[in-house]
Amino acid sequence: MAVTISQNKQQRDTPVLEIRNLTFGYDQALLNIDSFTLAQQESIAVLGPSGCGKTTFMHLLTGLLRPDAGSIQINGTEITTLSEAKIDQLRGQQIGIVFQRMHLISSISILDNLLLAQRLARVPRDKTYAGRLLEQLGIADLGNRRPTTLSQGQVQRAAIARAVAHKPSLLVADEPTSALDDKNASDAITILKDLTIGNSAALIVVTHDERVRASLQRTYDLTTGQ
Amino acid sequence: MNLLRLSFANLTVSPLSSAVNILLLALGTASIAALLLANTHLASVLQRNAAGIDLVIGATGSPLQLVLAGVYHADVPPGNIDSKELTRWAAHPMVASAIPLSLGDSYDGYRIVGTVEEFSDLYGATLQAGRFWHRPFEAVIGSNVAQSTGLETGDTFSGNHGLVASGDTHDGTPYRVVGQFLATDSVLDSLIVTSTRSVWLMHNTQHQAEHREDGKLTDHQGEDCVNFQDCDQVTEGGEESHQPENNEAHAHHGEAIDHDELNLHFNDPAFEDHPQIGDQSAADEADGVNEEVTLLLITLSSPLGMLSLPREVNAESSLQAASPAYELTRLLQIVGVGLNWLKTFAAVLVVSAALSIFAALYASLRARRHDLAVLRCLGASRSELFSLLFLEGFLLTVAGIVTGLCFAHGGMSLIGYWVSDGRGLTITGWAWAPEEFLLILGLLATGALTALLPAWQAYRTDVSRTLTAP
Repeated sequence: MAVTISQNKQQRDTPVLEIRNLTFGYDQALLNIDSFTLAQQESIAVLGPSGCGKTTFMHLLTGLLRPDAGSIQINGTEITTLSEAKIDQLRGQQIGIVFQRMHLISSISILDNLLLAQRLARVPRDKTYAGRLLEQLGIADLGNRRPTTLSQGQVQRAAIARAVAHKPSLLVADEPTSALDDKNASDAITILKDLTIGNSAALIVVTHDERVRASLQRTYDLTTGQ
Repeated sequence: MNLLRLSFANLTVSPLSSAVNILLLALGTASIAALLLANTHLASVLQRNAAGIDLVIGATGSPLQLVLAGVYHADVPPGNIDSKELTRWAAHPMVASAIPLSLGDSYDGYRIVGTVEEFSDLYGATLQAGRFWHRPFEAVIGSNVAQSTGLETGDTFSGNHGLVASGDTHDGTPYRVVGQFLATDSVLDSLIVTSTRSVWLMHNTQHQAEHREDGKLTDHQGEDCVNFQDCDQVTEGGEESHQPENNEAHAHHGEAIDHDELNLHFNDPAFEDHPQIGDQSAADEADGVNEEVTLLLITLSSPLGMLSLPREVNAESSLQAASPAYELTRLLQIVGVGLNWLKTFAAVLVVSAALSIFAALYASLRARRHDLAVLRCLGASRSELFSLLFLEGFLLTVAGIVTGLCFAHGGMSLIGYWVSDGRGLTITGWAWAPEEFLLILGLLATGALTALLPAWQAYRTDVSRTLTAP
């Protein structure tokens, strides 16, 4: 039992995300991050004007891009040295992503989108949990519909449900409210926070939307590094 | 939700495009499969009907015609030969058996073959009902004949001159059905088999009637009737009138010919129980019967006979010997040229279908590149994306192949149903040509090749760039 307590304590003490001395650029340095840490149940808005590298930052911390230098750790695992296959596996299991343009798979139903996320994360298929998520997001009756038949607000909710269907420890949302009206934007942020904090996960919202900024615990400006 | 289900779901997004691609491949597959089936079926039917027959000896002419007429009953014979030839060649040390066939008449399009009982052994036939003939004008019918004409044991029928139903009818000398063969899936099913003597008597009686009219009865035999076709010509020009008033009367120019004369032959013990024609010759000669047969079906006692006997027949007599195996090969080669052209055309269809599937997959790949990138973000590996696209191509290919095979086999079944009156040809879709398995493997390989490039492109998807692309 003591070991368990120790492990739990260690898990709690280990940041979900830790970035050190990160640099990345194409022709010239685009991103320089000395230190960035995110703990469980924390939410943070990553801000910056267009072209400052917000999406690049998101791709770096999800392992879709490799940095020129520096360290990125997810739950203590250094992802910059992992093989591509390992990164795919880690991304699938520990990270949930909400895309700017939603990107649900249009050929299958909303419910199947959630089950597909579980399948690709290599976690046991949990249809009950997926159904409960849809219910929590108010779209339980739309589970068998294809994404193309839903409104933008409904698709956004479905995309959030899919991002958390496999219970990730880090949820990354890229401009999740950019195409939504105030009501839907507010709802989306509330849902994201509820699902993240309630599941002991951490939330990063990459945005330039001021509506989001006030809703999250912290902010991080990519241009200033503060 | 696994990759197979996802692939299938992706194909249903553009059902028309998928259906067209499947149909294109199905048409190519069906064309090739149908040709293979037809080719295999034709070869099988030809070989089955020629089984046990090493040589056909008959009048000089086209050897292929001789084989087609004597083995497949699909052509007119080149002429008749003297029955003494049977005695001669049957006694040859290289010959195991010699079976005579006398052709020339038909009933409802089915050929009447004068022969000996051993003829049915060539096809492994057994009687389903009745018995073999004991007397002239008794006949045993094949299964197709029974089914198509409705004839049963005990029924009588009158044959026609020639091999078509429109020929003149021998109404005065009807045959009586005394037996029926079980189906053999061979040409025998579509034949009416009787004794050689029946055919001799039928035509001898006719000639006697004709020459009685002309007062030339004693000079007739063998003078102006080289074969039965000639006989038909003579008959057709003779203003004859067959009157079916009873089974024993035969009228020419309104003059009734009393068939008591024939009945005398029937009741003569010399006509009964003579399976070998040679034994009958003396009696027939004495009776003035025209002793000719159309051809001899020869089974050799040794394979060496295939080398020496045809040469001997061709050199030492006015006859010719034709090998069914050789003529069959020649025929299939001739037919094969046409089949090869058709196969080439079908192959072009398959290649077109493969290109179409490639184009569809490639277009789909471009349209779904964001979906593929998202799948990577959800944890899918590169190899899983490769598998996804590959499976889509593979599913289209399999659907095309299955549909094509259904078309081919269903089509063959329909054709078999339409020609089920079976003039010696039984067609079925419930059979596989051995080459079909190679065809399926080839098509699967083509489908795999077709899907390979789009799948490779999916494998190489740059997720970050794709997600940020407009």
